[in-house]
Amino acid sequence: MAVSDTSEPTRRDFLYIATGSVAAVGLAATAWPFIDQMNPDASVLALASIEVDLAPIAEGQSITVNWRGNPVFVRHRTREEIEAARATSLDELPDRLARNANLPANEPATDENRTINEAYLVMIGVCTHLGCVPLGEQGDYGGWFCPCHGSHYDTSGRIRRGPAPENLPVPEYEFISDTRIRIG
Amino acid sequence: MIGHPTYHPRTRFEKWLDQRLPIIGLAYTSMVAYPTPRNLNYWWTFGGILTFMLVVQIVTGVVLTMHYVPHESLAFNSVEHIMRDVNYGWLIRYLHANGASMFFLAVYIHIFRGLYYGSYKEPREVLWIIGVLILLTMMATAFMGYVLPWGQMSFWAAKVITNLFSAIPLVGDSIVTWLWGGFSVDNPTLKRFYSLHYLLPFVIAGLVGLHIWALHVPGNNNPTGISVKSGQDVVPFHPYYTVKDSLALVVFLILFAAFVFFAPNTLGHTDNYIPANPLVTPAHIVPEWYFLPFYAILRAIPNKLLGVIALFGSIGILLFVSWLDTSKVRSARYRPLYKQFFWLFVADCILLGFAGAYPPEGAWLIIARIGTAYYFLFFLIIMPVLGLIERPKPRPASISESVLGRRPDEGGTTAVAAGAANAPDRT
Amino acid sequence: MRRNTSLLFRPFAHAAAGGMLAALVLGLGLGPVDAADEAPTPPDVSWSFEGPFGTYDRAELQRGYQVYREVCAACHSMDLLSFRNLGQPGGPEFSADQVAAMAAQVEVTDGPDDTGEMFTRPGVPSDAFPAPFPNDQAARAANGGALPPDLSVIVKARPNGADYIHGLLVGYQDPPAGFELTPGMSYNLYFPGHQIAMPPPLNEGQVEYADGTEATVERMARDVTAFLAWAAEPKLEARHRLGFQVMIYLIVLAVLLYFSKRRIWARLGHA
Repeated sequence: MAVSDTSEPTRRDFLYIATGSVAAVGLAATAWPFIDQMNPDASVLALASIEVDLAPIAEGQSITVNWRGNPVFVRHRTREEIEAARATSLDELPDRLARNANLPANEPATDENRTINEAYLVMIGVCTHLGCVPLGEQGDYGGWFCPCHGSHYDTSGRIRRGPAPENLPVPEYEFISDTRIRIG
Repeated sequence: MIGHPTYHPRTRFEKWLDQRLPIIGLAYTSMVAYPTPRNLNYWWTFGGILTFMLVVQIVTGVVLTMHYVPHESLAFNSVEHIMRDVNYGWLIRYLHANGASMFFLAVYIHIFRGLYYGSYKEPREVLWIIGVLILLTMMATAFMGYVLPWGQMSFWAAKVITNLFSAIPLVGDSIVTWLWGGFSVDNPTLKRFYSLHYLLPFVIAGLVGLHIWALHVPGNNNPTGISVKSGQDVVPFHPYYTVKDSLALVVFLILFAAFVFFAPNTLGHTDNYIPANPLVTPAHIVPEWYFLPFYAILRAIPNKLLGVIALFGSIGILLFVSWLDTSKVRSARYRPLYKQFFWLFVADCILLGFAGAYPPEGAWLIIARIGTAYYFLFFLIIMPVLGLIERPKPRPASISESVLGRRPDEGGTTAVAAGAANAPDRT
Repeated sequence: MRRNTSLLFRPFAHAAAGGMLAALVLGLGLGPVDAADEAPTPPDVSWSFEGPFGTYDRAELQRGYQVYREVCAACHSMDLLSFRNLGQPGGPEFSADQVAAMAAQVEVTDGPDDTGEMFTRPGVPSDAFPAPFPNDQAARAANGGALPPDLSVIVKARPNGADYIHGLLVGYQDPPAGFELTPGMSYNLYFPGHQIAMPPPLNEGQVEYADGTEATVERMARDVTAFLAWAAEPKLEARHRLGFQVMIYLIVLAVLLYFSKRRIWARLGHA
């Protein structure tokens, strides 16, 4: 049987192209469930929010809660800590962005932009350098100190000295009552 | 086997790779230009279907292991977690569970095809034996896999089948304790079954590689059982059998999809949705449908040890089929007596399957015994005797003659030019 | 010339085949006869979720949850369900607020607290349904030695599934004459062995349905069974939907492959 000229797709070729395309689409569609099953499942997503009661936290005290597998520091700040944070000018900060998930990304790292209620500081307690958990009420700036590589964070959780590139991030949270917050 | 096609690499990259690892060449000679008899019917598509199903089981299985927990207090709930919380978990689980059934459906058809067309006969004896080994490994894999959800049937099937080994004289009880890792089916048993269930499919994959290699040495059998004699008897595997196998696969997938999406628990047993309880035995312990004929054979024999021997013997006997069948004629197409006994054998296997689903009492026990008798009769008496006394029908001289209706050397032009033009050639 | 031995064997083969066929037919008619479970097949109820296009009826599921919560949850756990499931698509689809409210109505054990003690608190959507008893032994002790089974997958764990559960719930009746009923047990038409430890759980008007539907025993039985069916198969609707798409796709692909196959094989002339 003579081989037909294949410079233009004939009706015969259209059948093969159609079959091949339909098969390819099916193959791609089949791949999706196998990829998606590795995404967080419903039980993981259900624990994506936690509520924290602030009432038991006395002034000058911190608690650490587990949110999405990471420590979150919740500190009831003293007046001195708040004022020290507010007295700092942006020029002194290696990282000038607020890193607050509740605000637009380009907001500056003023202390006002780091909290919702100035008395309570909520931040993810994972050092932005390589992930160690900083220690509270330590370091040269009255805030946190990361013992792994010597990063110092101030009373607003902002990096002041050391290898950490960014301020400690503030997660999405809201006050659901005067003494209760929901994180995530 | 008709002349090996040669592969000539075209691009520079192909040449470079071919000198270092001739994998493209291997793919070309075994799946593109590979000369295949032109008369293969749809019973020959099940090899491709089986390869696909093995991949399905491995892919869905590996994904399931990302979420399953192999501990007796967590296993059942982890499977439900997959069904409820994991994205598409329900789909992957149902694909895997029903995929096992489809895998066995295909393998049984594949085996019956071999028995009918004499594919086990010289020179394909080793091909056949590797096939039996694949069947045995599949059965071990499926048995252990069914234990993993840790439902009532999982637990009690494991208990019954592992207990069988206690029938072995002297060492039986020690073997059973060793299999269990304890004094009954429990957590150690579950964990080792999990490990082996993950391992064996890759053993199957290796055996399948050997199986295909053993096939490619003599080449495929065909419905006439007549060996390939000339280039006119064959066509290149691609595109003829790639497209035919794809069609058969998609039709098979329609059946598979019907079960997965619309009847995902029909082939299973409701008792397996009850978490395993070592203190409560289900009213009727039954394995999955694909084990029922063998279960019937086991329970048909009143003696425990002989029943176990009959069970393993019913699969082991397959290993000897190449020598039990004395006929010089391969295909049942030309063996009028064998054909009838073959179909009787198929009916017998189905009947044994039903018998395995019912308790071994009354009429069903009698049926199971008759069925078992015929099963072994077929291999041990009928196959050897028929070959000696049967008068086969006249066979065509060649495959092309059977396809084209005239001998290649009879008057005038021989096989249509199409045949010749499609013999395996060139690059 | 060799005798045509096939003539000898053919009648034998035919007789054997006929005998096997007869045995098959007879055998199927006999069925599994076991004195312990001669319970009749429960009546066939037509459920909204039956068949390849089946879906759940939201209102039915919501009423069914109410029946479970107010009647069954006193004894039966549903460990595999969480309150958040009540709001997800394909189920009762309560609103997020309703789910939070229903969760909050239930006390859940949490802890240990900083003194090492366990405590209870109102539920939140991510909590699992609390079990009425801390363990099986406590459940048996409170129920005369019988263990009320967990209901998470009960519909898939019984032959005839939803029909059986419904039949059980409406199948309580006086035992027939001559039937010896053990004290403390109740006679049920569809329970294997006919003696069930659970007393009839449903009574007319027992539940005040939120949507105002009259709470007959039959209505409550259907609703709670539908709810339990969803609890056992929460992904049924997604499965049917995807299944329909997959079947159409495979049929289209099969047709294309069929014509491709014929085209390609036509090159051979007669093969």
